Amino acid sequence: MTIRMASKRRAVALAATGASLALVLTACADTNDGGGGDGGGGGEATQATIDCAAFDEFGDLDGTEVSVYTTIVEPEAETQTASYKPFEDCTGVTINYEGSREMEAQLPVRVQAGNPPDIAILPQPGLLQTLVNDYDAVLPAPEQVEANVDEGWAPEWKEYGTVDGTFYAAPLGSNVKSYVWYSPSMFADAGYEVPTTWDELTELTATIAEGNEGATRPWCAGIESGDATGWPGTDWIEDVVLRTAGPDVYDQWYTHEIPFNDPQIVDAFDTAGEILKNPDYVNGGLGGVDSIATATWTDAGYPILDGNCWMHRAANFYQTQWPEGTEVGPDGDVYAFYLPAQTADEKPTLVAGEFIGAFTDRPEVQAFQTYLSSADWANAKAQATPAGGWVSANNGLDPDLLATDFDRLSAEILADPATVARFDASDLMPAAVGTDSFWSGMVDWFASDQSSQEVTDQIESSWPSN
Amino acid sequence: MDWLLYAGADPVHKILLMLIAIVLFVVLMGIILFVVDRPRNPSRWFVGFGFTGAALLLLLLGLVYPAIRTIINSFMNRNSTEFVGLDNYIVAFTEPRFLVVLGNTALWVLVAPLAATFLGLVYAYLVDKSRFEALAKGLVFLPMAISMVGASIIWKFVYEFKPAGVNQTGLLNQFIVWLGGEPQQFLIGRPLNTFLIMVVFVWIQAGFAMTLLSASIKAIPDDIVEAARLDGVSGFGMFWRITIPSIRPALVVVLTTIAMTTLKTFDIVRTMTAGQYGTSIVALEFYDQRFRQNEAGLSAALAVLLFVIVVPVIIYNVRQQRLSEDVR
Repeated sequence: MTIRMASKRRAVALAATGASLALVLTACADTNDGGGGDGGGGGEATQATIDCAAFDEFGDLDGTEVSVYTTIVEPEAETQTASYKPFEDCTGVTINYEGSREMEAQLPVRVQAGNPPDIAILPQPGLLQTLVNDYDAVLPAPEQVEANVDEGWAPEWKEYGTVDGTFYAAPLGSNVKSYVWYSPSMFADAGYEVPTTWDELTELTATIAEGNEGATRPWCAGIESGDATGWPGTDWIEDVVLRTAGPDVYDQWYTHEIPFNDPQIVDAFDTAGEILKNPDYVNGGLGGVDSIATATWTDAGYPILDGNCWMHRAANFYQTQWPEGTEVGPDGDVYAFYLPAQTADEKPTLVAGEFIGAFTDRPEVQAFQTYLSSADWANAKAQATPAGGWVSANNGLDPDLLATDFDRLSAEILADPATVARFDASDLMPAAVGTDSFWSGMVDWFASDQSSQEVTDQIESSWPSN
Repeated sequence: MDWLLYAGADPVHKILLMLIAIVLFVVLMGIILFVVDRPRNPSRWFVGFGFTGAALLLLLLGLVYPAIRTIINSFMNRNSTEFVGLDNYIVAFTEPRFLVVLGNTALWVLVAPLAATFLGLVYAYLVDKSRFEALAKGLVFLPMAISMVGASIIWKFVYEFKPAGVNQTGLLNQFIVWLGGEPQQFLIGRPLNTFLIMVVFVWIQAGFAMTLLSASIKAIPDDIVEAARLDGVSGFGMFWRITIPSIRPALVVVLTTIAMTTLKTFDIVRTMTAGQYGTSIVALEFYDQRFRQNEAGLSAALAVLLFVIVVPVIIYNVRQQRLSEDVR
């Protein structure tokens, strides 16, 4: 769930209070000058250079303004606005950036009030479908944008921004969710290898569990996320569905060609439950099985740092959640391995991302949309994010521009032909399921120890009939 | 026009808009007062409307019109495009998850006001005329000054769970560990969790009840108390036969006022559990359905239900207020 990541990510702790004060002041003042980000990543943001000729066809845009509405708030907002700078320098357009954690609830309100932004960064395809089907508010993407997307993105990514055959929204950033975070030094000291198949993973889990001491367990997990509580649990299930039932069943599942309580899905729940609902395997340093429901997703991986937990399945954006001073890398404090599939050759991968929806079609808005859907923007964003934690599936992205090894690993997985990418299913399901009953179902599954059958039956009954 | 209607994130723009609105208000009120003052012998209607007209107009726009819209929407589908009759109400009264919500709301309305009023009353009676009265009342009144969200966060820490063997951060679990027990997940188990969330509400509202009831207790005429003493009434009999009947109207007003506050409660539940673990109540469910699921019809039906529940309480409350004024 990209949004949650954008909206709930904890700020990268600041180097000094003076810097934080300055940041508060700049956050209050509506400035658009992207300075270098601070924080653990090191490195300095460099201003990308782009070819301005791409925007000649839109005419003279000097002095015009485009408003952008998004869930991406500080500190990520700074790198976003910095990535718009090359476009602003080229065209003279001013981008008015507005980030709000309440954006998902507010955007439909503003659309209904006849006061939409020019551009909205939609955190999930589900929201795009709502805006198109319920309010008929989003405008189809201009030709140049479609051309950019056809060139730079795999067809399935274009499909996510398409509703009923009309292409509306170009993908922006991407996330890789099929990761397991671990401590390389803990593994090395104990002589454990990174597992490459599901069987090896379960074997490793059992081996670690034999050495349980006190609150230490092989896995830790947490799905509490304010009023979005439950979403990290859905990611777990989606990853397992991809591995036990396969991508084709996965597609039938989120499109509701098979019911939510289909035996194959119940089976996936049970497979996930073999790990997540086994008191010997969870919840390292956090409590019993029911503590998964109450542990905050942002801190659920921290027991790895205390040695109370060995593995934590979380997306690439969990990189920015680690406490300040935690080194992310193959030889650092924490790193992540790909959540293995049945065999070492299969690479089903759960992905997510944001999309660009436009509500007006003034030339400056279309020019900006074109810029955001281009490889130029992806590279500018990579250069504007010196601390890392951002990646895109745009194949025009130069991996050497990415800030960290881990980001390059994510980009590699996205670009790998063997990778079978599937978008976060809860983001594609109707809101009544994807942001409601599926989430609360996960909570009940952990907190009230409901069976997989009960939970899936309940979610199936909440699926909208039309 | 756009500039006047929407400020976005620009603080200077926002403050300018606020100043413009204030100036507009002052100018408008000035014109009204000036016009009402002009004629020599104005009719009563003219003056009356002059003074209440603006408020009535705003009430129509801000209260009556939305209320009618909401009632209409509650009979329509999820994006208010076609009539569906009573479907939304049927869903609200038949789906298990909404039954849980309605049940919780009923629990809240019954238990929370009674608990808060009872605690406030007993406390007010006990500390009345004692040496530490001012201090004791001050302590109970303090939580009133804390916002609901703030109080919820404080109590969330009180109920916080950490597994055995790890340092507890939750006060309650720390006590349990000291007493040799196992730490508990307080907010997960139904129906206990709903009552534990109510504790936060009672903690805030007991001070309000205590203050009002304490004033009523002090207003009981001394001669009644004296007469009762001479007749040999003491202790509990005094409380039950003299105090309670004397302050009955105030008691009812406090009870109904807190009941109305209960129906408005949204922030406590949202902060503590976000309605998970079967703790949701109508006010929160309405918000979720409207702004997170975009279910305009269902959310309107829930809002209408809330309205229907609260109306009798309001009527009763107003009548009792009049009665208690008559008594004085």
